[in-house]
Amino acid sequence: MTVSSTSHQQEQGRFITVMKDILARPSGRIGLTLVLFHILLALLSPSIAPYDFKLQNSSLMLSPPSSEHWLGADHLGRDILSRTLMGGREALLVTGIATPLAVIWGGFIGILFGLVGGRVDEVLMRVVDAFLSLPWILKMLVLIVTFGTGIGVLIPTLTFFYGIPVIRVARAATHDIIARDFVWAAKARGHSRISIIWRELLPNVLDTLMVEGAMRWSWMLLAFSSLSFLGFGVSPPTPDWGLMISDARGFMSFAPWGVIAPVIGLSSLIIGINLSADALAKALGIDRAQKAPM
Amino acid sequence: MPQSPFIDIKNLSVGYTSRSGKTIPVLRDVNLSITRGDSIGLVGESGSGKSTLALAAMGYFKRGLHVISGQVQFDGIDMLNIERNALQRLRGGRLALIPQNSGQSLTPNLRIGQQIIEALRLHSDLPATGFDAGVIDLLSQVRLPDPIGLTDRYPHELSGGQQQRVAIAMALASDPEALLLDEPTTGLDVTTQAHIMELLRDLAKDRNLAMLYVSHDLGAIARVCNKVMVMYAGETVLTGSAKQVLLSPRHPYAHGLLASIPRLNEASLPQALDGRPPMPSETITGCAFADRCKLADQICHSSPPQLNHLETGEAVRCFHHDQIGQLNRKPEKSARSNPVVADKDTALSLANLAVSYSRPGLLSKLFTPQDTPPSTVDRITIDIKKGETLGLVGESGSGKSTILKTIAGMVPAQSGNIILNQTEPLDTMVEKRPAAYLRQVQIIFQNPDDSLNPRHTVAQILAQPLRLYYGLSGTPLRDRSIAILEQVRLGEHYLERLPSQLSGGEKQRVAIARAFAADPEIILCDEVTSALDVSVQAAVLDLLDVLKRQDGTTYIFVSHDLAVVKAISDRVAVLYQGRICEIGPVAAVYSAPFHPYTDALLGAVLEPDPDVAPRLTADDAVELSPPKTGCPFQRRCPRKLGSICETNIPTAQEIAPGHIIHCHIPQVDL
Repeated sequence: MTVSSTSHQQEQGRFITVMKDILARPSGRIGLTLVLFHILLALLSPSIAPYDFKLQNSSLMLSPPSSEHWLGADHLGRDILSRTLMGGREALLVTGIATPLAVIWGGFIGILFGLVGGRVDEVLMRVVDAFLSLPWILKMLVLIVTFGTGIGVLIPTLTFFYGIPVIRVARAATHDIIARDFVWAAKARGHSRISIIWRELLPNVLDTLMVEGAMRWSWMLLAFSSLSFLGFGVSPPTPDWGLMISDARGFMSFAPWGVIAPVIGLSSLIIGINLSADALAKALGIDRAQKAPM
Repeated sequence: MPQSPFIDIKNLSVGYTSRSGKTIPVLRDVNLSITRGDSIGLVGESGSGKSTLALAAMGYFKRGLHVISGQVQFDGIDMLNIERNALQRLRGGRLALIPQNSGQSLTPNLRIGQQIIEALRLHSDLPATGFDAGVIDLLSQVRLPDPIGLTDRYPHELSGGQQQRVAIAMALASDPEALLLDEPTTGLDVTTQAHIMELLRDLAKDRNLAMLYVSHDLGAIARVCNKVMVMYAGETVLTGSAKQVLLSPRHPYAHGLLASIPRLNEASLPQALDGRPPMPSETITGCAFADRCKLADQICHSSPPQLNHLETGEAVRCFHHDQIGQLNRKPEKSARSNPVVADKDTALSLANLAVSYSRPGLLSKLFTPQDTPPSTVDRITIDIKKGETLGLVGESGSGKSTILKTIAGMVPAQSGNIILNQTEPLDTMVEKRPAAYLRQVQIIFQNPDDSLNPRHTVAQILAQPLRLYYGLSGTPLRDRSIAILEQVRLGEHYLERLPSQLSGGEKQRVAIARAFAADPEIILCDEVTSALDVSVQAAVLDLLDVLKRQDGTTYIFVSHDLAVVKAISDRVAVLYQGRICEIGPVAAVYSAPFHPYTDALLGAVLEPDPDVAPRLTADDAVELSPPKTGCPFQRRCPRKLGSICETNIPTAQEIAPGHIIHCHIPQVDL
């Protein structure tokens, strides 16, 4: 048995213990169930949706929930249940690709800044700060207005903007770790820089990045839905929660079902992700939200 | 007629609920009563429940802990069923706590004066107009110099000892009747600690306080407490007067604990106490200490001993307390015979080494070149022979760790040379040193929690040097790792464990194993035992000594603990502000004639013996940078001669061969 195989077993063992720990917590159980439910729904909804999401029926316009249309119909007479079931597909696809990409590039740059340190790091971080100080929606709208909408623009845009806060987190985690004695010990032994980054630094920073990624995912979903709400996300008639809320809000006073259904869809997914992230942070032992002692 | 108890804890059991729903006790059926004028020392290893008990006296339990049974009374008030408001008035009022790390318990953005006023406003009957005078009165009571100037300062502008005094002043603001102290001097320098102990001792006497003092430091307990209670695995195992417990302990655990303390008047290594205390979750059928006890027999493993109240006033939880004499205090272990190294080759030479942390900017270099502060470490010239152990002692800020880091190449030297094996000088930065040298110098750090990567198993930790220096992999790597683990008295089954699955002592053993895996010539030990319990410390010191004998390794051993340095070293250098005050063989440095600083340090050491009082010569002021000219110790020296000490660097006086004192006082007067 070689050491590399034992370390592999160790990683596997750790994955299992972390998963067990997450599932032992109510927040983890509820959160993961919600997230899995939404992912399954996104995959299966085209075959389980009772009606065609595009089908307009003027006789059903703004009709309340009924036995045929469980959640009623919208202002164009489209079945709200079918549209809600399918309304998360686009959002999950875009954010599901953009989140890992954002964590990878933001994490890479953050670790690099942390390692370089000194004045270069200080100056570059001020640039990052300046960037973060602008309202995110403004920055994104500029890019989208310039390059147009559609997945081809949305994914890179979200990846870019959501990678920037990751830089901060990755840099701070790197600073924390490189000051620890085990890194000094490795340096004093004469390990190469790459070996120190790979063996000593990365395993410790990755935990933080994983939790950060989960948090960023829920923020990104919210951003994506906001863009759709403003008309810069998915284009009609593709069903999307943000777009559905935007369409139905004018009739909220007398046809509230048009808003309630997509709101429940979106918020349950976001709550699910947040609860999972919370449980993951606790399972990895990097939870900072300790209760006050009194 | 004895006074009625002021703090009265009866049959208290405290526990937490585990994941599986079981109640796991951390305190089991503990009784403790303190009358006014009493000061009781609470002793035990980490995890023995001593802090939990002390906080329980305030009616406070850490999150997750709950009372299983028993009661806590303070002057007749039931602390477990008291109204919240009344409890808040009591805490910090009649009952005050002085925590371990007072630097953290002071609010960083409030001036000292305001913090104390806050305590006065909440807990005293003083009118608002009397606050300013009250603050100054309190600050002078804790013997802080210049109390008026101090009120305007922020906590970070004070030294650790001064912060601790401010915390004491705040606790006294309410004119408390009882004082709880949780390791109040841990982390402070010896001289500072000794001064604080004297202060506490006087305060307790003057104010007739009921005092509960939690500490692992038996020297401190001996100084301030008249009674001692020893705890083990959440139980009281021994109570008695300080003299009874510290001089002739009736319980094997207390006996072992006392024997594991290195002492200044002994030349040998202390006796290690093997094994480790049971975890709270383990079920104990007999005596909790049975597995580690030399007197244990069948009955100890099968039935739990009760607390026996003896005629002498002691209470002891042991079946065999009458046989304690069999554990003779000084076993056959002979005094450490130091290897003869005088004729050996020099392993490492430090030649006029200087280190400076200050990096003046361009502007200050141009305009105020005379303002560059003196080097942090300067004029360090030491030759270390092969197989020798050189101890470096001094208070915090004495530059002892900086010297180690410079040797290891982590901090660049400002000037001077580091020469390994009498060859050419080493480059000061580790990146530029040849690989062959790197293997020969290894370092062990103070805190194993920080020096072992939490994500690496023991196998991975040991593989790093073995792969790097010897290119081992596969079965040879594993075999070698196991062999090294066995050398540090850990078995093969430790290979797959993560640091979080090891105890403090085991972690430090792994760190030692990692250093020895390189088969180095020189090992730099940076306070390697100060994060450990005394019993564990003794075992680690013993291990280091055995390994050194096997391999002929050279150690440079840095510690603030003079007794530890004495136990392990062949030669000692006493440092103050990065300069050598005195250097020589252990026996010579620890006996007269002394450098005034060595004298001050040795005098301040608190022995675990109530009959020995410290000798306080120098004050405990803290200096932030060395003086620009003259003797480094000039500002605190009780025997300062005059202006010569401020202007001239003291010459080296060779008292005996190899024993050098840097002082202006002529040899005959030292």
